[in-house]
Amino acid sequence: MFEHAVVTEPGLADPVQQSQEIFRTVLAALSEPGRVFQLADMAPADALEVGPAALGILLALTDGDTPVWLGDKAEALANYLRFHTGSPIVSDPGAAQFALVRGGDWRLDLFDPGNEDFPDQSATLIVEVDALTEGGLITLSGPGIPGHRHVTVQGLPADFSGQWSAKHAQFPCGVDVIVTCGSSLMGLPRTTSFAHSGR
Amino acid sequence: MARDDIPDDLRPHWISSLSQAEPAALEAHWAGLHPKPAFRWLRPAESGLVMLRGRAGGNGQAFNLGEMTATRAVAILEGNPTLTGYGYVAGRSKRHAELAALFDALLQDPSRRRDLWHDLILPVEAIRTAARRKRAAAVGATRVDFTTMVRGDV
Repeated sequence: MFEHAVVTEPGLADPVQQSQEIFRTVLAALSEPGRVFQLADMAPADALEVGPAALGILLALTDGDTPVWLGDKAEALANYLRFHTGSPIVSDPGAAQFALVRGGDWRLDLFDPGNEDFPDQSATLIVEVDALTEGGLITLSGPGIPGHRHVTVQGLPADFSGQWSAKHAQFPCGVDVIVTCGSSLMGLPRTTSFAHSGR
Repeated sequence: MARDDIPDDLRPHWISSLSQAEPAALEAHWAGLHPKPAFRWLRPAESGLVMLRGRAGGNGQAFNLGEMTATRAVAILEGNPTLTGYGYVAGRSKRHAELAALFDALLQDPSRRRDLWHDLILPVEAIRTAARRKRAAAVGATRVDFTTMVRGDV
């Protein structure tokens, strides 16, 4: 029989409207690091084992010209993205323009930081974490932040702040991060400095 | 397979027939289906442009001839197994793409294929063939043969 019914989850219900809303939300989040935004109206896709915010960002921002890296054990999501966005799914994280990373076992330097001439060609990471709220022991500062903002992010690699500082020194090269948890998201662009305080 | 007289590998054939069928014929057949199957849209109908490629003389280097409007839809029929139907049609008729997708999915269902094949696919192909013949005859009636000239490569 026909063996192709591998994708059964629909994409965005209203692609034009929703992808613009998602784009606008991501833009706002990257402009104001440390503020947590919500992506409303996204249906959860439990079968794909990914949160609504991360999925919405992938649907809105990726297409046939953006290689995406999803890591291991994401076959269902890979098929889903191939069908709905036509994105090439790459196995080399260094080749990806967008990457979905989860868990504590990854390093920032796996991903393309761009180069001195074209720092904009770097990768954008969508990092799914266990908890994400405003207020807490992580201090963010930099452009888009009046003074400091404090956030709580649980589920990043143990030495993330060290890795982030090392990346920070390579400016203008570097990667931009969108931290997501469920339907919440927060921007963490390369210009933001990230430090644990009170520990 | 309960109905091995219409094999799976005819699928390209019926997809092509559905794309080229008169939308009204598909609509009429859909209206006559009782009960209607449960379905949802995996990809709602959307129109876009498809680049057509051509070769001068059929063997030159491929070039972009131009873009054409096409509309596609993908339907999922709930059931066991879950069937996915694809509809791609020329032009902007979303309803045509939807119906083509639905019938593609239904034709994959062994219990429905035989009836659909005989009641839908063969008749719409007959209509299309008749229309082609009529047009060919109308064009052929005005054909002029220049008997003093050599036609083609001799």
